[in-house]
Amino acid sequence: MPTVIKVENISKQYRLGNVGTGSLSHDINRTWHRMRGKEDPYLKIGEANNRAVKGNSEYVWALQDINFEVKQGEVLGIIGRNGAGKSTLLKILSRTTTPTTGQIKIKGRVASLLEVGTGFHPELTGRENIYLNGAILGMTKAEIKSKFDEIVDFAGVERYIDTPVKRYSSGMYVRLAFGVAAHLEPEILIVDEVLAVGDAEFQKKALGKMKDVSAKDGRTVLFVSHNMPAIKRLCSHGILLENGNITLNTDINTIVEHYLNYDKSEDCIPEAFFENSGKVLQVQSCQLLDQNLKLVTKYYDVNDKIILKVRYRFLEKIPRVNLTVIIYNSELETVYFLDRRDYYQQYAAVEAGEYESLIEIPNPLLKPGKYSVTIGCGNIENGEQDHKFYVLSFIISNVNLVRATRDGYLFLPLKWDLNIL
Amino acid sequence: MQEQDNRMEENWDQVIVPKGKLLDLNLKEVWRYRDLLWLFVKRDFVAQYKQTILGPVWHFIQPIFTTLMFLFIFGKIANIPTDGIAAIPFYMSGITIWNYFSACLTATSATFVANAGIFGKVYFPRLVLPLSTVMSNIIKFGIQFLLLLSVMIYYGFKTGHFHFGISWLLIPLLVLMMAGMGLGLGIIISSLTTKYRDFTVLLGFAVQLLMYATPVAYPLSFLKDKSYAAWVAWNPLSPIVESFRYALFGTGTLDVAGLLYSGGFILVALFFGALLFNKVERTFMDTV
Repeated sequence: MPTVIKVENISKQYRLGNVGTGSLSHDINRTWHRMRGKEDPYLKIGEANNRAVKGNSEYVWALQDINFEVKQGEVLGIIGRNGAGKSTLLKILSRTTTPTTGQIKIKGRVASLLEVGTGFHPELTGRENIYLNGAILGMTKAEIKSKFDEIVDFAGVERYIDTPVKRYSSGMYVRLAFGVAAHLEPEILIVDEVLAVGDAEFQKKALGKMKDVSAKDGRTVLFVSHNMPAIKRLCSHGILLENGNITLNTDINTIVEHYLNYDKSEDCIPEAFFENSGKVLQVQSCQLLDQNLKLVTKYYDVNDKIILKVRYRFLEKIPRVNLTVIIYNSELETVYFLDRRDYYQQYAAVEAGEYESLIEIPNPLLKPGKYSVTIGCGNIENGEQDHKFYVLSFIISNVNLVRATRDGYLFLPLKWDLNIL
Repeated sequence: MQEQDNRMEENWDQVIVPKGKLLDLNLKEVWRYRDLLWLFVKRDFVAQYKQTILGPVWHFIQPIFTTLMFLFIFGKIANIPTDGIAAIPFYMSGITIWNYFSACLTATSATFVANAGIFGKVYFPRLVLPLSTVMSNIIKFGIQFLLLLSVMIYYGFKTGHFHFGISWLLIPLLVLMMAGMGLGLGIIISSLTTKYRDFTVLLGFAVQLLMYATPVAYPLSFLKDKSYAAWVAWNPLSPIVESFRYALFGTGTLDVAGLLYSGGFILVALFFGALLFNKVERTFMDTV
């Protein structure tokens, strides 16, 4: 099979902090160097991008000397922790930004499913939006026309096709947007997991479509995900990104195994703080506390209460916010998916400001072992979201109990009557 | 097989590199996206009038009120002559062509900042957006031009003097020049604003000041023998506005040298605009 993507020595440098007089002086200095035919002085500095460690340099390398090739029809999994450089790599591949150094050669049209609904205008009708969105994604009018009925059918919105999309339910809106993207038929498809945090039906459709695309039509897919079972199922080959470098480029099973071990090597991570990213809604910080509301030091006992303290920051009033916490076991299988709506039967409404939640997970419930936690929030109205994947991890210990060695996911011992009749 | 693979591998559809050629406008790609260009124009037009009762009629309001304002301040208070043209069509003609320029400039100068959401997610030739703005503003210009025509016809009946001649053929060229000027300067400003927003603030009053340095509310002939006449004459917008009036009313003379000067200025602005735009569009997502 011929190579359809060839990535050669790609690096990407970002400048941290604010744009102001400081950046102006750097710009002037850079231009001055270039005018004299010298190299950019800021390219020599910069540090590997490790969020956890506070660096000295204003410049970081989000990607450093990335090299890989993708063959036609291959499904390549791209794996890495938050901030490892996956999104930057995708941005460069989908041409929304350029690399600082290196080059990428591509054969065929590239489209990415992270573009779902881009350019939808609320005042335009479904019909008008299909045409506009299709054209933004690179289709010609004739191509869209030939697929129009299929898209409407797929989305199931015949009745509303001449109604402005602002009158659509959020489900209809997403289905229509995905319908357009799914009928794009690019030679190379980029799928970011971000789409997988939509509703379950949408997720299934997206993954199903992906499988079709590679198996039936011999198209190439780049799949970015934290969902290890899905990665293993769909991909044959993978690359592992760590702090902007490719640390492994081999078959998918080795990659996943390595990723999980890499994950295990870290001890309990009881807290995480995030800088203001400017997003309208953000997870600001999260901490694992014990029953006295002290930060957990080493591990929980199976009988200890686990208290999760999460702070959110909302820059605007949002009428419907979805808050979730996902707990995974050491195999990264979802053990417990918590959605605030499950208890209250409705989404939260928030004003601009900072909010705090104390989420108490009663124990004994989880088995001894290592768990990691993903924290997220999303705006139901427009799909905007902020997810911090695997930011916390904790260990539940107490190996003395026989129960701990039993198979299964739950610890919870229960009362078991046995009455003689 | 291996050989064939190798041969195929040389045929790349696209190569992503850090810096493109200095002037790599990729007009071929813009042409490929012409449907998108048209759909953006349609979107701008349709979305603007949704949920309004008067719809496009709103475009009449602004030139009418500005004309009345000019009539009062420049005509009555300052007593500035209007080159032998009735005052109302005189002011309105200046305002109509000026509005087109300022709308093009203001809208295209916001290209990057206003569309960061779309640009950050999907690639298409960025030039499509400013081009579509210039095109959708032609519709607004057309509506205001119709208003101007009806005012001119009214005055024609009143005075019994109509001017309709070969000079009208100049009008499309002049509109095109205004479009080029608005687009050229607009994309220069849009490129500068991605990193430093100072220019957005500057633009607001720069457009206003520029209007007073252009013979919109007064004729160029009024400035004869004045020490500051040179300033207005050097303004590349002046010949266009003056020629627009010449084309419509047939008074005064056609300043061919002035128009050539404006044309040259437009080409330079478009060239530098394209140069900057091309450089900025590649990385603006990192700084916007």
